[in-house]
Amino acid sequence: MEQNTFEKAFARLEEILRVMNDGKASLDESIGLYMEADKLIGSCGKKLSEAEQKIEVLIKNREGSVQMNNSGAPTTTSFDKHDEVPF
Amino acid sequence: MNTCDIFTVSNLTASIKNQLEGGFRGVYVQGEISNLKVHSSGHIYFSLKDQNAQISAALFRGNRAKLMRLPKDGDHVTLFGDISVYPPRGSYQILVKEVQFVGVGELLLRFHQLKEMLAKRGWFDSVHKKRLPLLPKRIGIVTSPTGAVIQDILNVLKRRFSGFHLILNPVKVQGDGSAEEITKAIQFFNQHNLADVLIVGRGGGSLEDLWAFNEEIVATAIFESRIPIISAVGHETDHTLADLVADIRAPTPSAAAEIAVREKTELLKFLDTAKERSSQYLLRKIRELSERLNMIAKQPCFSVPDTLLIRWMQELDERRNLLEIRMKHLLERKRLALTAFEKQHQGLNPIRQLAQMKQNLSGFQPRLDDSMIRSLRTKRERLQTLASHLKSIDPKNLLKKGYSILFSEKTGSVILSHKDVSVDDKISAMLSDGKVHSQVTHTKSEYE
Repeated sequence: MEQNTFEKAFARLEEILRVMNDGKASLDESIGLYMEADKLIGSCGKKLSEAEQKIEVLIKNREGSVQMNNSGAPTTTSFDKHDEVPF
Repeated sequence: MNTCDIFTVSNLTASIKNQLEGGFRGVYVQGEISNLKVHSSGHIYFSLKDQNAQISAALFRGNRAKLMRLPKDGDHVTLFGDISVYPPRGSYQILVKEVQFVGVGELLLRFHQLKEMLAKRGWFDSVHKKRLPLLPKRIGIVTSPTGAVIQDILNVLKRRFSGFHLILNPVKVQGDGSAEEITKAIQFFNQHNLADVLIVGRGGGSLEDLWAFNEEIVATAIFESRIPIISAVGHETDHTLADLVADIRAPTPSAAAEIAVREKTELLKFLDTAKERSSQYLLRKIRELSERLNMIAKQPCFSVPDTLLIRWMQELDERRNLLEIRMKHLLERKRLALTAFEKQHQGLNPIRQLAQMKQNLSGFQPRLDDSMIRSLRTKRERLQTLASHLKSIDPKNLLKKGYSILFSEKTGSVILSHKDVSVDDKISAMLSDGKVHSQVTHTKSEYE
């Protein structure tokens, strides 16, 4: 989800909450709004939390430069294992 | 030795105390700190030594609080204070009022020069502060892999989110080459576009400890970084040049992490709130409606279930009555018609018909007899009348008056016309007292 879409989703959520809070919507409308909100919350929340937890440490050589792999990308190791890597 | 020259220990000590304390008030002494002990009272005791001598030193709590930083064993310092004699032990010490760390003077001077220079370049100006990304996907960290900083940052992030992407560029944060390592790390993140936001920092320490973050190359790297940088260096009162150049300065590493994910945290909080509120609103709506429904259900027309139906039930009953009456009438009519038919039918029954006819017939006999008698009587009466008439017109009476009746002898019948006889026919004429036989000589019509 792009930032733009994200902001729209949040704006829509705010709007839904406002309308629901007014209490003027019919039951059917309220249920519809609730379901829409639930969907938005779900997708936004998923988008926000979907990142897998990744804690990387760049691997450096004795000269203090980051080691690069064959494709020119920096090599990393997980933070939990970095103690095993001398630098 | 003159007895009047004999001191008591106390007198001597008091005399020394007077001379020493008067003679060494407000002195500076330079040396290395050793054997430093912090007393539970908050006072600090240590020795200041050089190669050949040492002197005890006491730093009382009141003066200690004025210091920017605490001395530790091995520090080369210049103490400022007064010499004091402590009679119970017979020892002298310096009561420290100020501690100046050797070399700090030059460092401070350099710091101020650099700060002025960078300020002139406008590097601290708010126009150069980059906005932090609202939702950073990757957070780059430039700090020591072993210090408390990275742990504090991880603690905050782990507490906030199940998922985040953190890339640590491990560097030395103090000592020789640390400034170069920090600089290279910041540049590396930029060159390889490895992060959306950077946290650069280390824990608190002395001016020398923090010095790398006051180096011009580090300040330059921070200023030139395309990736927004949050600095988290030192404690709250010290500002390094890195702090001043950074886009945002965080008082602690934990705060730096909080700042980096502030927006995301807010958004998640908002989502939580939105979830709760939307549920509440819906429940409220349902509760409202169910209350209204209850109110309606309490209305008499619903509490007595028949109420709604009464009208219809009555109407139904009325119609049923009407229907019954009509049915009765109809049945009655049909029954009558049936009876009629039955009678008709019985009438048509041949046995009955026969009996009827017999009955009718039996009626005829007396009537017939009756009418026969009556008819006979009438006829007899007419006969008598006729007989009397006949008597009156009896031809014999006529014969007596000269009339005669001619009979054909051949046929015996009365001759009424001259055509009834032919010539030579024998005829007889009846007279009142006998017959005359004759023969026809000729016939003649009366009118010829």
